[in-house]
Amino acid sequence: MTTINRGDFVRLGSVFAGSLVLGVSANGCANQSHGAPSASASPETAGFKPNAWLIVHPDEKVTIFVNKSEMGQGVATGMPTIVADELDIPMDNVIMEFAPAAAVYADPGFHLQITGGSTSTASMWMPLRTAGASARAMLVAAAAKQWGVDPSTLTTKNGSVIDAKNNRTATYGSLVAAAAAIPAPAKPTMKTPDQFTLIGKVNQRIDTPLKVNGTAKYGIDVRVPGMKFASVLYPPVFGAKVVSFDASKAKQVKGVTDVVQIPSGVAVVADNSWAAFQGKAALVVKYDNGAFAGQSTETLKARYLKLASDGTGAIPAVERGSKDVSGKRLEATYFGNLAAHAAMEPMNATASVTPGGVEIWAPTQVQTMAQASAAKIAGVPVDKVQIHTTYLGGGFGRRLYTDFTNDAVWVSKAVKAPVQVIWQREDDTQHDWYKPMGANSVSGVLDDHGNLVAMQHTVVMDSIYEGLGFPLPPSGLDAISMDTVVNSSYEIPNYHAYYINPKSGVPPGSLRAPGANWNTFVVETFMDELAHAAGKDPLEFRLALLKKNPRAQNVLRTVAKNASWGSPAAGTKQGIAFGFWNGTSVATVAEVSMNGNTPRVHRAFVVADVGRAVNPTIVLQQLEGATNYGLSMALASIITIKNGAVQQHNFYDYIVMRIDEAPEIHAEIVSSSENPTGVGEPATVTIAPAVASAVFAINGKRARVLPFSEAYT
Amino acid sequence: MVSLTINGEKHDLDVPDEMPLLWAIRDVVGLTGTKFGCGVAQCGCCTVHLDDAAVRSCVTPVSAAVGKSITTIEALGTPEQPHALQTAWIDEQVPQCGYCQSGQLMAISGLLKTNPHPTDADLASSITNICRCGTYGRIRKAVARATGGGQTS
Repeated sequence: MTTINRGDFVRLGSVFAGSLVLGVSANGCANQSHGAPSASASPETAGFKPNAWLIVHPDEKVTIFVNKSEMGQGVATGMPTIVADELDIPMDNVIMEFAPAAAVYADPGFHLQITGGSTSTASMWMPLRTAGASARAMLVAAAAKQWGVDPSTLTTKNGSVIDAKNNRTATYGSLVAAAAAIPAPAKPTMKTPDQFTLIGKVNQRIDTPLKVNGTAKYGIDVRVPGMKFASVLYPPVFGAKVVSFDASKAKQVKGVTDVVQIPSGVAVVADNSWAAFQGKAALVVKYDNGAFAGQSTETLKARYLKLASDGTGAIPAVERGSKDVSGKRLEATYFGNLAAHAAMEPMNATASVTPGGVEIWAPTQVQTMAQASAAKIAGVPVDKVQIHTTYLGGGFGRRLYTDFTNDAVWVSKAVKAPVQVIWQREDDTQHDWYKPMGANSVSGVLDDHGNLVAMQHTVVMDSIYEGLGFPLPPSGLDAISMDTVVNSSYEIPNYHAYYINPKSGVPPGSLRAPGANWNTFVVETFMDELAHAAGKDPLEFRLALLKKNPRAQNVLRTVAKNASWGSPAAGTKQGIAFGFWNGTSVATVAEVSMNGNTPRVHRAFVVADVGRAVNPTIVLQQLEGATNYGLSMALASIITIKNGAVQQHNFYDYIVMRIDEAPEIHAEIVSSSENPTGVGEPATVTIAPAVASAVFAINGKRARVLPFSEAYT
Repeated sequence: MVSLTINGEKHDLDVPDEMPLLWAIRDVVGLTGTKFGCGVAQCGCCTVHLDDAAVRSCVTPVSAAVGKSITTIEALGTPEQPHALQTAWIDEQVPQCGYCQSGQLMAISGLLKTNPHPTDADLASSITNICRCGTYGRIRKAVARATGGGQTS
């Protein structure tokens, strides 16, 4: 997922939407109740339901439906905050509920119910404000009618309509019946920003109390009467098929009830998860390993580097100015290894397939796709598939895929009972949709004054877009895999960018700031190389290339000030990097020393411009968390392939950051009155290049490979 | 039949002796606050207390818990009397996805029983629980808030 406000992306977006045959409506806002929860679903649904987004109850509580998946990024708090502010109710009155899968809950940009690309707050900002303002206008109109006054003489505050002139108030709860008879306004009046009471001011999360006492329910916590637990043995080699299997030993495990073959592998069904794992370990399976069995990290890397060097199959993405510019020329080739998402909650989903339809409980980022896919597997119409979205134990893009929900449907269909398919960590590590390998060939030309006057950049990377199940445009250009290269922020007069899709056979995945998380490392590290060659300060070198971009300049200058750029703490060196993700400018300064061959990040300073911050604490959490996620991946997280299969298994060989390596992080949001932009991903991209440039300042070694464990040896 | 005492309640379970305590707690007893992350004692999501010791329940057979008092996240505190760490976790807004936080809280509350005022360095050397959301900085602040930040005064 990435931006949709550029030409390429708009085109891709139309493919994205057009590839689905669900008749999803784009204007899914007020007064469309298609597929919305029925009034009798639970006692809490009694009340005034002006649109799909909220229900005002007689007891003053307001249920607010969240159409985005809560994976830590804070939508379960941020979305209701936007509605509640326009509705004018206190946060204490909010009951947050995840929306079911329904057309009305589609993202207005993607035309799908999906959570990705750090788009939630940006895309839902106006629809949710409109929904809240519309409901508020109807409550005011209901009170005005009861009192026989003009609605314009009334105000609202804290969940009540106030008639100041006549010294009377009516709570929203007392108006639910009357408000139901009021038509929705065509164009409700929204608050001006100075009238916001919650937006920019709420600094708690709705879900924090549930997440410190064990009551937040994740996918893995779903319990349905009569349910079974299943573990699937997937062929280790990508593209391999099961030829035959012997389940006799598996069936001897106490608690194992069934062993069934499904398209992705062999599922062992049991009374509990552990029995299912034991049964899976006892399976004897014969595979047809297929063509990929001959591949390894070495063979793939050699091919990627050759493509980057000879340019075979290069698709032009940007061609601006001349390719023949004279001056001081620098060239470099970078290589990024595969990485896994490694969300803390292993993939899982619970499904119940009955003749009447399908019910799914899942930590999914893609309700629309999970629903469509389940309908196909079960052979029922899409509207007979209900999706209950749980809390997600991390997402990072991994849950944009339907493999785990599909498997739950397949197994439930086979055994005719509700089933939770639960992955072991080893399954999660070896059957991810990986951050693709990247081989990038870059060159830059400096003029006599050390100004960057030309740049060429060729990206070799599997198509992340195709991995998501969508067809590429006829040109074959993947703007996601090309992120930060196709939409470079830098003002370089002569600029050429090319894309090569190697179709490696490794499942290409969308991982936190997909495309950009690697390409930004290349661009920013190369910027440091160029600044060094030009004899210029890396901050000033960048500012000179961002003259028309005040927001980029602002984050760079602010982070430099916060970090005392140029005056690192004793025993450390600094590196700086700039990034741009889906409307958000971000900059990072890392303060680093070396511990043998390992960079030690003492402090990281990060500054972002996210427009108006709906919940500043959540924004800071995301800047901190994305910094740690990006650093964790850069330090030592590597997935390697041998004989066509992933060599890593679990957290003992897929290395992620623990508290001992976590830097002190100083995050700041620059003040802005622009509309909100995304925050879940941007800070992922800037930490690694900032660290790499600091390391260069320490020892003169240039990391042109990630992770650093492969670069500094 | 295995007899376990979980959060003060006795449970007689028809499970094999070698079943990891995690699965007895989650899939048999039905307390889901304790999480599965790795199954090999690497990530700490499954941390519970056996008497006063924080243990990784994913590699602790139920037989090792017989006769001991098992405490899970559900009984770390009560709504009326939350554990000091739970209060500090809310004050510092620690959790993001929250999935690892049951284990973080059980591991660090276990540490406090032998080291009531841990420093950041103590956390670095004693706590190996993984958080993929990267809440480590806020965990440090919350522990300091709850315990006095390594100060024994």
